[in-house]
Amino acid sequence: MLELKLAFKNLFGSGLRTWLNVTVLSIAFVIILFYNGMLDGWNMQAQRDTIEWEIGSGQVWHPDYDPYDPYTFADSHSKIPSTISSLIERGDAAAILLTQATAYPGGRMINTLIKGVDPNQKVLKIPSALLIEDNSDPEYIPAVIGSRFAKSAHLKEGDRVLVRWRDANGTFDAREITIVSVFRTNVPTVDLNQIFIPLEKLREMTSMFDEATLIVLSDMAGVPVQQDGWSYKNQDYLLKDLKDIMAAKKGGSFVISGLLLAIALLAIFDTQVLSIFRRQKEIGTYIALGMTRKKVVGIFTIEGTTHSILAILLGMAWGVPFLMLLQKTGIPMPSNADQAGIAIADKITPYYGAGMILTSVILVVLSSLVVSYIPTRKISGMKPTDALRGKIV
Amino acid sequence: MNHLLRRYKKSLFTKLLTAFIIGGATTFPVEGSCQDGKAILNRVDQNLSSRNQIAESSMTIYGRRSSRTITAKSWTEGDQKSFTEYLSPASEAGTKMLKLQGQLWIYTPAADRTIQISGHLLRQSVMGSDLSYEDMMDDRKLSDVYDVTIAGKDTIDSRGVIILELTANVNDIAYYRQKMWVDSERFIPLKQEMYARSGQLLKRAEMKNIKRVENRWYPSLVIYKDMLKEGKGTEFRTNTISFDQQIPDHIFSKASLR
Repeated sequence: MLELKLAFKNLFGSGLRTWLNVTVLSIAFVIILFYNGMLDGWNMQAQRDTIEWEIGSGQVWHPDYDPYDPYTFADSHSKIPSTISSLIERGDAAAILLTQATAYPGGRMINTLIKGVDPNQKVLKIPSALLIEDNSDPEYIPAVIGSRFAKSAHLKEGDRVLVRWRDANGTFDAREITIVSVFRTNVPTVDLNQIFIPLEKLREMTSMFDEATLIVLSDMAGVPVQQDGWSYKNQDYLLKDLKDIMAAKKGGSFVISGLLLAIALLAIFDTQVLSIFRRQKEIGTYIALGMTRKKVVGIFTIEGTTHSILAILLGMAWGVPFLMLLQKTGIPMPSNADQAGIAIADKITPYYGAGMILTSVILVVLSSLVVSYIPTRKISGMKPTDALRGKIV
Repeated sequence: MNHLLRRYKKSLFTKLLTAFIIGGATTFPVEGSCQDGKAILNRVDQNLSSRNQIAESSMTIYGRRSSRTITAKSWTEGDQKSFTEYLSPASEAGTKMLKLQGQLWIYTPAADRTIQISGHLLRQSVMGSDLSYEDMMDDRKLSDVYDVTIAGKDTIDSRGVIILELTANVNDIAYYRQKMWVDSERFIPLKQEMYARSGQLLKRAEMKNIKRVENRWYPSLVIYKDMLKEGKGTEFRTNTISFDQQIPDHIFSKASLR
């Protein structure tokens, strides 16, 4: 207890030097919280959006379907296995049929992917309910597209665009589709160069009756029985790319956190070295009065470590309102931030989890403990008489 | 590249030229029956078929901002064997293409690799042109896969033409319907249009500079255009061509690719 009292007394006695160290460390602490909070918020938002817009609670793929190999798309279609058909009938799954196509907006040629979705599906957030067919006009093909594709192809609601595709036998066909809606999504992989039209219409256009390429499952679907070579992919598998990217980003955040901490801790280290140099007589006096060297080392180590505790308190004082404000307003992202192909919103809402905060606190306290202790090791080897005369260092 | 011209020869020009030689061009009825149309295609095919041919040709691909020309030399034997070596530009020079009994291999000197083009790779564009590998691989005779009718008469570049309409009678075919304008005296196609099942015009080929080569009429320029996109399309120009030459067997082997 005496060590603690002395440590705090000495620390506050140092005045401006202490508060400068504390301020620098508090800035580092708050920035670490901010950066990690932003990444965690992005990660949560990206996973949530990807699940809602693209992957559902899992998917069942046609045996030949490989999303990374567009050459497989033309062959990856067949009748839906009976075990999965029942899920679709219950509304717990949605069938999607893929066909490669070429769109010709304004004489330009854009390779696209036509996706047939059931207008009544509720599994994904794609606004498929807007895909209302006109029974009086069998040639009418309603389509919804994402805002990114609409922008790049210069298309807007109400536009008609010529699309060419091949049917199941490889025969070319071409017709105009009508853009009935342009939707906004944070998930570029369901947006870029993709056209959503009614499932039955695409089946008719391609002569792929009752067929599908993949099935998206809802929360209620559970793990379906795999049949006829169709394979079940769970959320972990489907989110792997996103998680890998986030893990890489986290790696980057460790580097930034490390640099910030290093700057702040360097100040504490310098302070400790200076304290031991300037307070040799004080150290000699402690030992002459009967204090063990270990206790003296403890006093100086506690002094240094207390910087971090004060920094955390100060950081909370100014950082909590600042971080809460950011959480409320969100962090605006540049308009081309999603060009890498991963889901990212216009604004990221940071998420400050208890685990992340606790980890950051422990990291700051432990690292300051270490840098506070290292300079004090010299005290262990000193002689009290030399110390009293100021000759230990 | 001459695969491409060859493809058109096979499918269009060949049949019509034969009709001229054997049947007499102007005697075809305008409102002919399906049988008449088929007879034209068969005879043109017979006429333009040669035992083999060697040709030097160029392909000019027109883009939105610029164009590029690729030259090549080709050796062709019948419908099933063909070998092409690209001569220029430097980026394509040394690339070789071998077609043997429905299979296609390409050797790329930059990668020093021979790859087989199959499956859906066949649907890719040849050297960025308006044609796909599939276009040049389809060896089936038009008369085998299309029902033909004579739709009327017309004039193209001051030459009388017979208009043929072709409708697919098989499922596995790229173009459901085609329309062909055939010179009624020389029996060589001057224009061809390919349509989607919906009736949408997809591609157009125009044959120009019809020349007498040995005992045949031959289009030395074919302009091929994807009608759905802007641009001038792709031009195939035959600079020199000779028929029924002595071609060593090793030309049509995979060993000749390297």
